[in-house]
Amino acid sequence: MTDPNWGLLKKKHRLNERARMMLTIRAFFVENGFLEVDTPYRIPCNAPEAHIDPVTSSDQVLHTSPELCMKRLLAAGYERIFQLCHCWRADERGTRHLSEFTMLEWYRSHADYTDLMDDCEQLLRALCPVRTLSYQGTSISLHEPFERLQLAEAFKRYAPMTFAEAIAKECFDEIYTQHIEPNLGQQRPTFITHFPAEMAALARLCPEDPDYAERFELYIAGMELANAFSELNDPLEQRQRFVAEQALREQMGKAPSFLPEPFLQELEHLPPSAGIALGIDRLIMILTDSATIDEVVAFTPEML
Amino acid sequence: MYTCSDLKKGLKLMIDGEPHVIAGFDFTKPGKGQALYKCKLRNMITGALFDRTYRSGESFEPAPLEERDMQYLYQDETGYVFMDNKSFEQISLTEETLGDDRYFLVDNMEVKILMFGDMGIGITLPNFVTLRVTMAEPWVKGDTAAGNNKPATVETGYNLQVPSFVDEGILIQIDTRTGEYVTRVKE
Repeated sequence: MTDPNWGLLKKKHRLNERARMMLTIRAFFVENGFLEVDTPYRIPCNAPEAHIDPVTSSDQVLHTSPELCMKRLLAAGYERIFQLCHCWRADERGTRHLSEFTMLEWYRSHADYTDLMDDCEQLLRALCPVRTLSYQGTSISLHEPFERLQLAEAFKRYAPMTFAEAIAKECFDEIYTQHIEPNLGQQRPTFITHFPAEMAALARLCPEDPDYAERFELYIAGMELANAFSELNDPLEQRQRFVAEQALREQMGKAPSFLPEPFLQELEHLPPSAGIALGIDRLIMILTDSATIDEVVAFTPEML
Repeated sequence: MYTCSDLKKGLKLMIDGEPHVIAGFDFTKPGKGQALYKCKLRNMITGALFDRTYRSGESFEPAPLEERDMQYLYQDETGYVFMDNKSFEQISLTEETLGDDRYFLVDNMEVKILMFGDMGIGITLPNFVTLRVTMAEPWVKGDTAAGNNKPATVETGYNLQVPSFVDEGILIQIDTRTGEYVTRVKE
């Protein structure tokens, strides 16, 4: 009586591209000496974060990121690892958000966050060998090194108030999403750097200026693609930061979660390391010139 | 009361004592920051459109709207005329109120009209409507690539993308919530 599902069939070109990109990503990391790992999706608890809520699964939770298990592997002596996996974050759904999405994380020991910037540049060029992206009418060049822009400078350039004023008026997130993000990564990809220490729960502080964390976010065409940092490897400080995030969660009336004790215990063995989480669905959006995240996955939650 | 997680396109809320509908919606979340709910709101009485961003924790009063079962009759100079199935009372909705929904109206179609007091301010259509294709590029022989789209127009003047195998003159089903092609319909 009816035809086959056209909504699925019309995505065929993009899903082909997606599969091809996944192979390229795997080849890129293998060639660079990374080991692919596969850590459990269902875990006792995630790293507590004020604004990220897990999806519960029986008496456990689905991971919001594979970071805890991956850092335990680093602490055990694995030096370069990567993972492509699904992650879950409760109640996140928009044109660039899926509650179940695909994440790429990679970690390097004896490295810092600037090494990850180099990885990002090389990975993007491997995925787009012509080195020019066209996204929704904007042309983005991958020829030159990506732009490096300090957060406070981005406020000066694009926002109607300074970073300090936005914090004082408690409207950082609003100003950042409305005035700053849309301008980032438009001619070439942009790394936003110099996040204040309090905005990076798992990051190491800059040795030369402990007001800032060694963290960056990667933007292309106004879209946040990745978040990276030099990993904090002081178990005591990490515990304090987790407790502080938990206190924030409790203030907001969110369910308490316990602390990831095995991770905290093994953290003392973590060598100086850097790690990054990159949203694969958004990367595929950029590479296939897709306006919404719906176009780059076969099934959205609404189709199930 | 609604919370932020209830917000979505089409939800009707009371803002400053007047009913509003969410005409456009997106969820955003900067980096490690908090969730923001970006709404494009339309005042259902004045038609005025404006943007507003909410944070989690805010709550909203549902708009006290009554739905009445009506039948679509015809279009005249006052707009689109509907008749109440029980009282036979007739009301007229303007083109602005209906928006793209006007393209999915078929004579005698059963719809629900949203009433704010005795004012008709919105419409809920059946989820799917069947319309005839009046214009479509011919199918190019050999174009067998799966997933190829082409533009088409249906009898009400609505333009949409359809698969390459959809010919002029056939009936297709359209999802009135998204305005997108669903499938061909056999006569």
